[in-house]
Amino acid sequence: MKLAIASGKGGTGKSMVAANLAFTLARTEPVTLVDCDVEEPNLHLFFPAPATITDVTVPVPVIDEASCDHCGKCEEACQYGALTVLQSRILFFPELCHSCGGCTLVCPKGAIHEEQKRVGAVSVSAPLPDLKLISGMLDTGSPHAVPIIKAVKERAGGDPLVICDSAPGTSCPVVETLDGCDACILVTESTPFGLHDLRLAVDVAARLGVPIGIVINRSDGKDQETLAFCTDHDLEILMTIPFDREIAAIQSRGDILCQVQPEWQKAFYALFVKCSTLAGVER
Amino acid sequence: MIRLAVISGKGGTGKTMITAALAQLLPGTLVLADCDVDAANLELLLSPRLIRTDPFMGMKCAVIDPAVCVQCGECEARCRFNAVEKGKDAYQVNPLRCEGCAVCAYVCPVSAVTMQPRQTGEIMYSDTERGHLVHARLVPGAGNSGLLVHEVKKTAMAQDGDRDLFLIDGPPGTGCPLISTISGVTAVLVVTEPSVSGLHDLKRVVAVSRQFRPRILVAINRFDLDAFQVGEIEVWCRRENIPLIGKIPFDPVVIELVRKGVPVTSAGTSPAAQAIQILAANLEEELKHLDNQR
Repeated sequence: MKLAIASGKGGTGKSMVAANLAFTLARTEPVTLVDCDVEEPNLHLFFPAPATITDVTVPVPVIDEASCDHCGKCEEACQYGALTVLQSRILFFPELCHSCGGCTLVCPKGAIHEEQKRVGAVSVSAPLPDLKLISGMLDTGSPHAVPIIKAVKERAGGDPLVICDSAPGTSCPVVETLDGCDACILVTESTPFGLHDLRLAVDVAARLGVPIGIVINRSDGKDQETLAFCTDHDLEILMTIPFDREIAAIQSRGDILCQVQPEWQKAFYALFVKCSTLAGVER
Repeated sequence: MIRLAVISGKGGTGKTMITAALAQLLPGTLVLADCDVDAANLELLLSPRLIRTDPFMGMKCAVIDPAVCVQCGECEARCRFNAVEKGKDAYQVNPLRCEGCAVCAYVCPVSAVTMQPRQTGEIMYSDTERGHLVHARLVPGAGNSGLLVHEVKKTAMAQDGDRDLFLIDGPPGTGCPLISTISGVTAVLVVTEPSVSGLHDLKRVVAVSRQFRPRILVAINRFDLDAFQVGEIEVWCRRENIPLIGKIPFDPVVIELVRKGVPVTSAGTSPAAQAIQILAANLEEELKHLDNQR
């Protein structure tokens, strides 16, 4: 089973839910936790352990100036404006390139080949006997998160139980994370910001056909509007975590709630059982 | 014109709440932009009056004509984004995965593929009490958020380029929307929080920002939740020679006023509002200094 944890709004507690779910489940079965928030990965802070790091690369064009006759076909073919053909040379802007391979295909002189360029890294560690942590990290200054998300999800491969922690937002990194997941937990907070962005996140998950359930985090008891929205859209509230300074403190120093307060494990296990039902998997 | 982007790395540290308050407090004429186009929230605090809406056309999307497709599979084989799938009688394109590269249209031997324009969002131009606001809505699940950010900034500059200050509410993260937001800005204000995640993400977003050479300033929100982590942030900022110009306490009034849909500085003298006034005064000094250098 592959579960995603997403939110729309940032800072609602995605990583907190992911870390605690993984910690609780890893006590009884093998779990693979995947940090798909490759722009700002944080899960490794909660599970420090020695890691094996490998590069993530993407193919980018390299032009053989000796064979190039500056016909301009590559510039015309590139939909991203990554190539500019001047009279005697070609300018390539790697940050605009999507690695589609179009320029290589259209070059009538065969003057373009591709070389691998590093855009980030994947780190794999085993912080607990039954917990594998796979984190993606986009190189700072590199704009494209999607290839790194693809790489970390590939690394999780066919592992039996995979939990993917998504980036905030509703655009391509979130789509890439949710794609192929059996169920998705959307973590929200009961503020107009939280609800506004929850609506958008629900929309994305629905477009991808991924079943969703809701976790309300840092609840101060004023959840009426979020609850009404969930009732209207037939969304189950899987769990409500109250606002509590102690929980905030545990989280801010990088500890795991279920380890510091083991009584929480029961609630996170119940959350997992509800997710399995959403995903249509018998537990 | 001073261009200031409020960013954070980590999501949910309080960028929007602080941007809305700064819009009230900073002097001079303003134009505002919400560059968190995935999940734009600034409008929820500034009660904008909509002036006009323009469609945002993202990258084109490949469409395969099933009547023409001969099912050779060349498009699927060449698509690097796994956007082409074999359907019942023809190949078809998954628009959520299509990045608009047009390679499929190029390789199709029977010209069954056309690249069709698609609207992936809208750009809104509005009026607020403190000046015009440019904000946007990306179709959920659409790509090109970096491009949309670029268009939002361009609209603001074209319409209100004569203002004293261009104040931008930025997106979280360090990827294309963030890079698009901070390119060409004079200064960035990084809003962080006292946690291991907050500091880790601050370091990364500062590393990205430095490549664009703006003045970098830091503020800590909810600073009283963890004194130890505040110390860590202070030590790091000092070592990196980054001015720490504001510390805002945790204050339940913040959520109360977000629920009312107004900036935290618009009602009473709560601890958070007072702290943001100090932040705004420090920011004003820093920006004045920057202006003198030009």
